[in-house]
Amino acid sequence: MSVPRGDGRSRARGEVVPEAEFRSYYGRPVLKQPAWTIEVPWYFAAGGLAGASATLTLGARLAGNHRLARGAGTAAAAGIIAGVPLLVSDLGRPARFLNMLRVVKPTSPMSLGSWVVAGFGPAAAGAAAADRLGVTPRLARTAEVVAGLLGLPMATYTAVLLANTAVPVWHEAGRELPLVFAGSAAASAGAAAAILTPAAAAGPARRLAVAGAALELGSAAAMERRLGELGEPYHQGAAGRYARLARVCTAAGAVTVGLAGRRRPAALAGGLALLAGSAFERLAVFRAGFQSAADPRYVVGPQRERVGR
Amino acid sequence: MTVTPLPTPTFGGGYDRQAGPRMGFFTDTSICIGCKACEVACKEWNLVPEDGPLALTGDSYDNTGALGANTWRHVAFVERQHEDQGLRWLMSSDVCKHCSSAACLEVCPTGALFRTEFGTVVVQADVCNGCGYCVPACPFGVIERRQDDGRVFKCTLCYDRLKDGLQPACASACPTDSIQFGPLEELRERADRRLETLLEAGVGEARLYLRDETGGVGGAGAFFLLLDQPEAYGLPPDPVSTTRDLPKLWRSAAVAAGALAAAVAVALVGDRR
Amino acid sequence: MGTSFGRGGATNFQQDLVNADCIVIQGSNMAECHPVGFQWVVEAKARGARVIHVDPRFTRTSALADLHVPIRAGSDIAFLGGIINHILEGGREFREYVANYTNAPVIIDQAFRDTEDLDGLFSGFDPETRSYDPASWRYDGMEVASNAGSRDRRIAGGEAHGSGGAKLSHGDPPNVDPTLEHPRCVFQLLKRHYRRYTPELVERVCGVPREQFLEVAEALCQNSGRERTSAFCYAVGWTHHATGVQYIRTAAIIQLLLGNIGRPGGGIMALRGHASIQGSTDIPTLYNLLPGYLPMPTAGSHGSLRQYLDDIRLPAGYWGRSDAYMVSLLKAWFGDRATADNDFCFEHLPKLTGNHSIFPTVMAMLDGTCKGFFVPGENPAVGSPNAGLHRKAMARLDWLVVRDLVETETASFWYTAPEIETGELRTTEIPTEVFLVPAAAHTEKDGTFTNTQRLLQWHRKAVEPAGDCRSELWFYYHLGRRIREKLAASTEARDRPLLDLTWEYPTGGEHREPSAEAVLREIGGVGPDGRALPGYLELKADGSTACGCWIYSGVYADEVNQADRRTPGSEQSWVAPEWGWAWPYNRRLLYNRASADPQGRPWSERKRYVWWDADQGRWTGYDNPDVGATTAPDYDPPDDAQAERALDGRSPFVMQADGKGWLFVPDGLDDGPLPTHYEPLESPVTNPLYGRQANPLLETYDRPGNRYNPSGSTVYPFVFTTYRLTEHHTAGGMSRTLPYLAELQPEMFAEVSPELAALRGLVNGGWATIVTSRAAIEARVLVTGRMRPLEVDGRVVHQVGLPYHWGSNGLATGDGANDLLPILGDPNVHIMESKANTCDVLPGRRPRGPALVQLVEGHRARALDEERGAGAQAAEGDSPRMGRERP
Repeated sequence: MSVPRGDGRSRARGEVVPEAEFRSYYGRPVLKQPAWTIEVPWYFAAGGLAGASATLTLGARLAGNHRLARGAGTAAAAGIIAGVPLLVSDLGRPARFLNMLRVVKPTSPMSLGSWVVAGFGPAAAGAAAADRLGVTPRLARTAEVVAGLLGLPMATYTAVLLANTAVPVWHEAGRELPLVFAGSAAASAGAAAAILTPAAAAGPARRLAVAGAALELGSAAAMERRLGELGEPYHQGAAGRYARLARVCTAAGAVTVGLAGRRRPAALAGGLALLAGSAFERLAVFRAGFQSAADPRYVVGPQRERVGR
Repeated sequence: MTVTPLPTPTFGGGYDRQAGPRMGFFTDTSICIGCKACEVACKEWNLVPEDGPLALTGDSYDNTGALGANTWRHVAFVERQHEDQGLRWLMSSDVCKHCSSAACLEVCPTGALFRTEFGTVVVQADVCNGCGYCVPACPFGVIERRQDDGRVFKCTLCYDRLKDGLQPACASACPTDSIQFGPLEELRERADRRLETLLEAGVGEARLYLRDETGGVGGAGAFFLLLDQPEAYGLPPDPVSTTRDLPKLWRSAAVAAGALAAAVAVALVGDRR
Repeated sequence: MGTSFGRGGATNFQQDLVNADCIVIQGSNMAECHPVGFQWVVEAKARGARVIHVDPRFTRTSALADLHVPIRAGSDIAFLGGIINHILEGGREFREYVANYTNAPVIIDQAFRDTEDLDGLFSGFDPETRSYDPASWRYDGMEVASNAGSRDRRIAGGEAHGSGGAKLSHGDPPNVDPTLEHPRCVFQLLKRHYRRYTPELVERVCGVPREQFLEVAEALCQNSGRERTSAFCYAVGWTHHATGVQYIRTAAIIQLLLGNIGRPGGGIMALRGHASIQGSTDIPTLYNLLPGYLPMPTAGSHGSLRQYLDDIRLPAGYWGRSDAYMVSLLKAWFGDRATADNDFCFEHLPKLTGNHSIFPTVMAMLDGTCKGFFVPGENPAVGSPNAGLHRKAMARLDWLVVRDLVETETASFWYTAPEIETGELRTTEIPTEVFLVPAAAHTEKDGTFTNTQRLLQWHRKAVEPAGDCRSELWFYYHLGRRIREKLAASTEARDRPLLDLTWEYPTGGEHREPSAEAVLREIGGVGPDGRALPGYLELKADGSTACGCWIYSGVYADEVNQADRRTPGSEQSWVAPEWGWAWPYNRRLLYNRASADPQGRPWSERKRYVWWDADQGRWTGYDNPDVGATTAPDYDPPDDAQAERALDGRSPFVMQADGKGWLFVPDGLDDGPLPTHYEPLESPVTNPLYGRQANPLLETYDRPGNRYNPSGSTVYPFVFTTYRLTEHHTAGGMSRTLPYLAELQPEMFAEVSPELAALRGLVNGGWATIVTSRAAIEARVLVTGRMRPLEVDGRVVHQVGLPYHWGSNGLATGDGANDLLPILGDPNVHIMESKANTCDVLPGRRPRGPALVQLVEGHRARALDEERGAGAQAAEGDSPRMGRERP
């Protein structure tokens, strides 16, 4: 996607009342900055962790790896328990959180996501609690199944939520963004489980972490390739910094966990790096959206190209 | 006028042409004198707060800047030196477009945004929980969260006045009829005639913006006659309602979810304890 | 307008602009300042009219016009004079109209000498008194009315706002030459007077390229005549010049020559400065007028009613009924106490002893002779020229009463004046006792607005005023009532006028609000039977009728508040006679007799308006005919005819003593019978036309605090012009205090061209300091291509635009542009010059404290040094005229 050069923003204090250039009105953004605050990317990370962890829990349980199931289940519960307050506190009117469940709207990923969270949260938290306390095993198993299945949309709907906006760097990345989020979620879930599970039982977790990291890094690279110049925010400003941190942390974490994860210190260090990498990835994506929305070039350029001059 | 309100849509949210005459704005910027009466009338009627700070922008006579939570009508001032026509000073009163396919409404998870019986898009302030999803969804940068309030606000096309058979405050205040209100079909005919007149008079740069239903937002309840490219006024040249691509996005998400499931499965394959 | 046509109001109405084929807006930013009325210009354009805007700045009006012509501020007479020359040299005048409806054929006294003969002076100039004796300007063969040389009486003829033709004494009809060939006939004098106003000269003086000038002149000529009409719109861009009266006169001459007065789509639209300014001159707040433009009596010459009436009554036209107007006014004021035996209480009226307009009054405050000041609904501390001097003057008063909606800068000057920061004033040393009396807004009271087209529109109270806020009517009624109660026992002769007033009005409500309708009814007049009068033709001089303002007579006809009529436009003709009520006689288009040819037939089908219906034996048409309803086109008055019956049936200008539109004004103007280009008092260039640099009759007040910038000074090299924005209301009291308006134009700014910005190092959004001999202020900078430097007489003239809305109070604050202006008066109506003065512009913010005074004084000293240097050079034989000559 190409974007016109020049900054289009000879704003006030220039020499003349700036002539509004053909592609912008005094360099002002066409789009509004998203209203979302910093809780949102952290929620994305926590929710992704929770979702993938719940799926891992279910898989481990089916595979008979109950130690791994407990570790991953704990991560899923922790992720969702941390995530929901983040989600609520970002609302302009937190007291009206439950209005999210007024309607079911397929056109709104946030609506569907809310229903997913509403189903996933109690299931994941309840399953973990029951597992730890050893009560109501049948209900706990059912909850694990529910959480494990909902974990898949839980880990990915947030990517659709972002892509389903007018923000170019999000919308145009619609194909890859769910993969980035899924990979990131898998990496973090694997990392968390590798930390929370005895090394002997954590092999699948380590493999998931490495696979997730590979998916995250690979699809992020593919995303930037597709975005072309629209992806510039990933190399600039805060988004650029977060993207670099995400790459470094994720790659280092994956290598560490993959090669030396059997040893506790390495598992801990590599796992934490992967978790950080996952969070940085969401922060990068989140900030890139703001930077993309702030510059009318990214909005006007591709559109102008579409309609011709 | 006897019309039945449309239900809050649970799918789509696009304008249903069965509902009755759709009402809207045709803003003819070729006769806008930039008096900003629309901005003031709107604020007076809808009790929209001041949109500070009280500082000169240096951008011609525009000290409002853009539409937002506290500005539901915004007059743009574009100064441009033309090689052949000399200096031109274009003025244009912008407003929420009340899109046929309104992304803000479609992404709203609470149903706070709804389609009225007039075909307009309105936020129910008592439902909105300030999730902010509509803000980046709007391809025109119209709707915005109000800082000290937490909810989002935008033009209601004076829903309360329409219910009482009045026209919107801005259209009432406009001295030159640059802002025209009425049934959309009628406005479109009027706009076509006006465009024809201007083109005949040699105003070659005149164009209608968002008049047709073929565009990315399916046409709009507020459309414009412009004298320059839309982006000169801060408008996107080819806006698209993001939800148009939503099926594709869900498919991508399904692929990603499948990849995640596969990764978990593969990781567990051969797992022996 | 009064001197040219007979009445000082706009000749047309705004809705009629849609009928124009060409509209020239000059001296007005109509879209900006009259956005509601501008819709009719937009409509006219949509119907195919050509819209031309002549203005120093490219404004909101220019943006909608077909053509914008940038002009140097203060050079309009040269531009319009050029159009007159273009018309006359090309034989483009509407000959039949000119020959029949104007004074073009009249032969002028042989003693008359033109400015062409006397290098910028007309005959009759007395350098001692700097005034003219107009004796030589008279019509040949007619006696001249003795005007007793009293300027103060003569201004009462009322140019800027008013009505009232100047006098011609009765006698034989003037000598005329219907062929317009006689060398001393007005037509030939006009030709000669403007012969040097060529396109080349226009370019030299105005900075308007000749091609562009010719485009305007041709557009006017091509869109005038039988089939087509053109209209002029002006506003304070003409009146706020110290020679503004003559600007308007020049347009009047053009419109008479082109036959555009009294016809649909023609006319001169005088756009008033703000709400009810027309009304405040009709029933005046001016010191020298009585209601209906009757002149205020003068001490010495008007000892009795008889003397007064003999002086003001004209032998022909509707001013021939002056005695009925005046006696009815006195009856309205003094009721039963006014009788024929006591001159109808004429002696109760105050008599003028001199110029008591605002500027001499301010000087009197400074001199300590004026002790008190009443300021209702005005904010001179921001809105008046040289506002700083006004503030200093108010600081010398004993008392000051301000009635306003908010605490204006005038009410708070004693602690917020900029002079306190500079140390020129000290709060503790200001003796003035200030009374701020809260006033009700128009939505909180009943009453009328008289708008720009003489249309009275009633407004009803929507809400009760809050707290102690009261209407003006309440305030003055109860003030008068209380004073009268205090004086009730007085036997002093000086108290008789107050005690003899009729002061009984029905009151109602909690606060005993007087009935505004009762007041309107009194203004409209009542007959002997106590019934409301249908119009001023019913007024009698015998004391049997009472009428508070004769031109408003009929506003309560049939006991109906005619101003409160609201028939929608869709339910009546396009003239909309049933919406409100227009003076005189609900007539919307004045002098509309001229819309028909001398035989009474429409000039053309397209421009049909009123016409003679021979079968019915009366005039008919879309509007109330502005001619005796049954005065046939072929009527010729008998010798003993009086008033309007003394005019023939081919006289559309029924207020004038000869019934004609005056191209040449033999009497009624102080500074000459024909408009002449003079440079503004502060000009960057030399007058290329005459030895006289500026108008010789300007009323100057050259004193400390009000010094003038020398013309041609390099210290003050730029021209600045002040103006208003749509977003604010005049001095800002009603807009800077409101968040919705304050945020739209939050800060004082200066508009400059990119060229001037480069010259002075100004950046868009930054700051500039503007300096004159009076003050220095700061403003944010808008650098814009809408301001364009002009090439004038071989040099570049930069112009600076300054809106004047800001002051120290309210939400949006800033320096006041009017601090920069000089106090300077037009010779005819004493209006100031706010549109063309000179200044310096410096980058950055102004100094604070005493350093600000030093900056102003430093500039002044440099200018004086330069002037002395030039003077010395001149003494050595070199003679640059600029900069030294004082009018």
